[in-house]
Amino acid sequence: MRGAKSAKWVAGAAVIALAATACGGSDNGDGGKKNSGQPAGYVSIDVGEPQKPLMPADTNESNGAYVIRSLFSQLLGFDSKGEIIFLNAESLETEDSKTWTVKLKKGWKFHNGEDVTAQSYIDAWNWYANVKNKQQNAFWFSDIKGYADVHPDKGEPKSDKMSGLTAVDDTTFTIELSERVPYFNYKLGYSTFAPLPKVFYDDPAAFGKKPIGNGPYEFEKWDHKKLIQVKAYDAYQGPNKAANKGLQFKNYSTVEAAYSDLISGNLDIVRQVGPRDLPKYKTDLGDGAISQPYAAIQTLVPAFYTKTFKDIDPKVLQGLSMAVDRDTITKTVLNGTRTPATSFTPPQVKGNQTLDSDFLKYDPAKAKELIKAGGGVPGNKFTIQYNSDGGHKEWVTAVCESIRNATGVDCTGDPKPDFPTDLEARDNNEVKGMYRGGWVADYPVNVNFLKELYHSKAESNNGRFADKEIDALMAKGDKAESLEESVAAYQEVEKALVEKMPSIPLWYYAINGGHGKSVSNVKVDFHGDFELTNVTTK
Amino acid sequence: MGRYVARRLLQMIPVFIGSTLLVFLMMYALPGDPVRALAGEQHVDAAQIAEIKASLGLDQPIWQQYLNYLANLFQGDLGTQIGTKRPVAEVIADAYPITVRLGIFAFVFTVVAGISLGIVAGLKAESLRDRGLLGLTLVLISMPSFVLGFLVQYFFAFQLGIANPNVSLEPTNTELLMPALVLASLSLAYVARLTRTSVAENVRADFMRTAVAKGLPRRRVVGIHLMRNSLIPVVTFLGADIGSMMGGAIVTEGIFNIKGIGSLIFDALGKREGATVVGVVTLLVVVYLVCSLLVDLLYAVLDPRIRYA
Repeated sequence: MRGAKSAKWVAGAAVIALAATACGGSDNGDGGKKNSGQPAGYVSIDVGEPQKPLMPADTNESNGAYVIRSLFSQLLGFDSKGEIIFLNAESLETEDSKTWTVKLKKGWKFHNGEDVTAQSYIDAWNWYANVKNKQQNAFWFSDIKGYADVHPDKGEPKSDKMSGLTAVDDTTFTIELSERVPYFNYKLGYSTFAPLPKVFYDDPAAFGKKPIGNGPYEFEKWDHKKLIQVKAYDAYQGPNKAANKGLQFKNYSTVEAAYSDLISGNLDIVRQVGPRDLPKYKTDLGDGAISQPYAAIQTLVPAFYTKTFKDIDPKVLQGLSMAVDRDTITKTVLNGTRTPATSFTPPQVKGNQTLDSDFLKYDPAKAKELIKAGGGVPGNKFTIQYNSDGGHKEWVTAVCESIRNATGVDCTGDPKPDFPTDLEARDNNEVKGMYRGGWVADYPVNVNFLKELYHSKAESNNGRFADKEIDALMAKGDKAESLEESVAAYQEVEKALVEKMPSIPLWYYAINGGHGKSVSNVKVDFHGDFELTNVTTK
Repeated sequence: MGRYVARRLLQMIPVFIGSTLLVFLMMYALPGDPVRALAGEQHVDAAQIAEIKASLGLDQPIWQQYLNYLANLFQGDLGTQIGTKRPVAEVIADAYPITVRLGIFAFVFTVVAGISLGIVAGLKAESLRDRGLLGLTLVLISMPSFVLGFLVQYFFAFQLGIANPNVSLEPTNTELLMPALVLASLSLAYVARLTRTSVAENVRADFMRTAVAKGLPRRRVVGIHLMRNSLIPVVTFLGADIGSMMGGAIVTEGIFNIKGIGSLIFDALGKREGATVVGVVTLLVVVYLVCSLLVDLLYAVLDPRIRYA
C-alpha cells in the first residue's frame, strides 16, 4: 500500500501576500445576480476539470475525487472528526483483522435501477485491481489475497479474480487479506472502493464520460473544461442524503477568477482563496469565510542517498529542525494559513500525539550546539528542492533564511519549473539535498502518515530513509490484534522517529475558503474537502 | 500572381513540418514523465505505467512516435490526450471558437481605434492632441495586461456593477467586450503609434501636396492618398498580431476565466500533454502562415508598385 493523493494542489494555493493589485474590499456581497445556467436549489463550487475520465479507481486528484464522491458511495465514510460512518455497509466485522465480513444495507440501487449487491463490489474490485485495466489506484487492493494474480509486477495477469473475495449471499461478502491489516476498514472509506453497475463492463470508456453510481447524486452533464452538473438522487438511502437539489462543479482558470465570481454572486463556494485575496477575504465574506485546519502536513525531507545526508548524524537534522522559526514563518510569510507542526502526524488523525520534543521548537543556540555535536552539515551547505509552480518559493526562502541566521549553515532553494519535473527528480534519486514533502490523509489513522512515508520499502519514501529498527516497530503495529493496539504501536514508531529524524515536520495545512450568502451549512471534512451533501440553499 | 501564391503555399509545407518536429522534440526533451505525473506524489508501479505507455505508443523511440504522429495527422487524427483520453481535435474544437471570437473583437477594436487615433494624431504632429496620444499609448504599452485586466474588472464589475467579473459558460458578445478591450490595448497602442509616425511623415510628401493642389476634397486626400501610403507598416504589424490573438492571450483568458486556446496550451504544457501542445501549435503555425500570406498580398493592393511575379 502506498500513497496519498498529491498535496501539490493544496499546497499550490498557499502563500504570498501579493496584495499589490488587491483593490480593497468592495462590499457588494450577495450581489443578487445568479448565473443563468444555475438551476434553483443547486449549489456551485469551484472544482476544476477532472484529470481523467470519471472512474472511481482511476481518480486520485481532488477535482475528480469531488465528482466521484458525489456519484458513488462506498461501504463507509468518515464524519468531520474522522470517525467511521457506514454508508452502503450495514456492518463490517472481523475476528482476526485478516478476514472481514461485509453486510450491505438492503434496497440500495444504482441510478439506473440496478440493485447494489455483493457481486457489484466483488466484480468492481477485481476489475480495478487488474493490471490490464490500467487503474491508477489498483495498488489499494494489494492487501487482498490474490492481488498478485491479477496484478503481477511483470507480464500477463494469471487470473481476473482475486481469491480473497467471496460472495456469501446477495448482500454479504467476505474479504480475505494476505496479511493482517488492523486498520483495513479505514482504507475502505476511500472512494476507490466504490461498486460498479453491470452496464460498466459493456463499455468502460463510455461509462467514464457518463458514470452511473449509487451515491447521493446522479450524473447530469459534463461540459468539458467548464462544468460538471449532478442532481440529487431522490431514492438515495444513505446517511449523507443531499440536502440540496444538485451540484455544479465549475472550472476556473485561476483562484482569483473563482473568488471574483463568489463575491459577485455567481458562485456559491470557493475551496481556496488565492494569495491576492487572502488579506481581505474575511472582511469580504463575513460569516462566509472559512478557515479550518485539516489532515495534511508539510515537511522537509533529506535525500539520504546524497553526499550531504548520507550517514548523517540525526543530531544535525534535529539541529536544523530547531533552526526553523515555524511560528514567525507561518504568521508572516504564510499569512496565518498554516499551524506549526508538533509531530509527524496532523491532529485530525487517530493516534496523533504532541511529541514532547524540543526538536520542533525554535532555539538557535541549541540548534547550533546540536549541529556541532553531530559533526556539522558536510560542506556547511545544502539545498531544498521545490516546484516553483506551486507557490512554495516564498516559504522555502524564509526557511533557508531562518536556518542560515540561526546556525550559519548555508541553505538555498533548488527550484524545479513544475511538478512533473520535481517528481521526476525525486523518483530517480536526483534530489541534491532536501525536498519539500507534502502529504494529505487518505484515511484518518496515523499509519497513513508514518508507514507510507518512512517504511524502508514504502514507495512514497522518496528520501529513501531506511532503518531496521523503525521497520521492526512498524511490523509490530501491523501484527496487532486490534485497531487501538495498532495505533498505539505506531505512536511508538512516531516517538522513535524523533530520534532518527527521517524528515523535518514544518506545519499543518488549513483550508482558507468561503461561501456566499445564498448557501449555508458549509463544512469541511478531515482531509480538507467540503461536505457538499449538507449544504443548503436559501 | 497565381504562381506567387502557389509558391508561397508550397513553402508552407517545410515550415509546417519543421515547426511540428521542433515542438515535438522540445516536448520530448522536457523533463517530467506525463504518465507518471498523473499520479502526483503517490507512487504508481512500473507495470501500470508500462501498460499505459504501450497503449498510447509512448514506449516507442521518438522518431517512430513522430512518424506515427505525422501519419495520423494526414488522416486527420491529432492524437489523444494522455489524462482525459479525449481526442485532441475535440479538445481544440471546444476551445477555439471562443478564442476566435475574442480575437476578432480585439482585432476589429485594434484596427478601428488604433488607426483612427493614429491618423488624428499624425495629421497634426507635435500638437497637444498628438502628445496626449503618445502619453496615453505609452501608459498602455508599459502597463502589464494583468494590471489592466484587474483594473478594468474592478471598475466595471465591482465598482459600477455593470458587468460580470468573469465571462459565463456560454459567453455572450457583450460579455466578451471587456476582455477584448484588455487584449487589444497593447496592440492598439502600437498600431496607433505606427500609424501616427507613418502619417506624420507622409503628410509632408510631394504626392500629398500635389493632391491638395489638384483641389481634391480633404476626405479623398486623407482617405485614399495618405492612407494607402501610410498603411504598409501597420498592415505588416497587424498580420503578425492576428496570429498572436488567435493564439489567445494566456493572461487575459486567465483573468476573465475564458476557456480558450490560451488556457488550453498553458494547461497542456504543465501536464506534458505533448499531442495537445503540438496540435495547438500546428494550428497556430497555419494561422500565422495564412496571415502573412494575406499581408503580402495586401501590399499589392495598397501600393500597386509592388508586384509579384
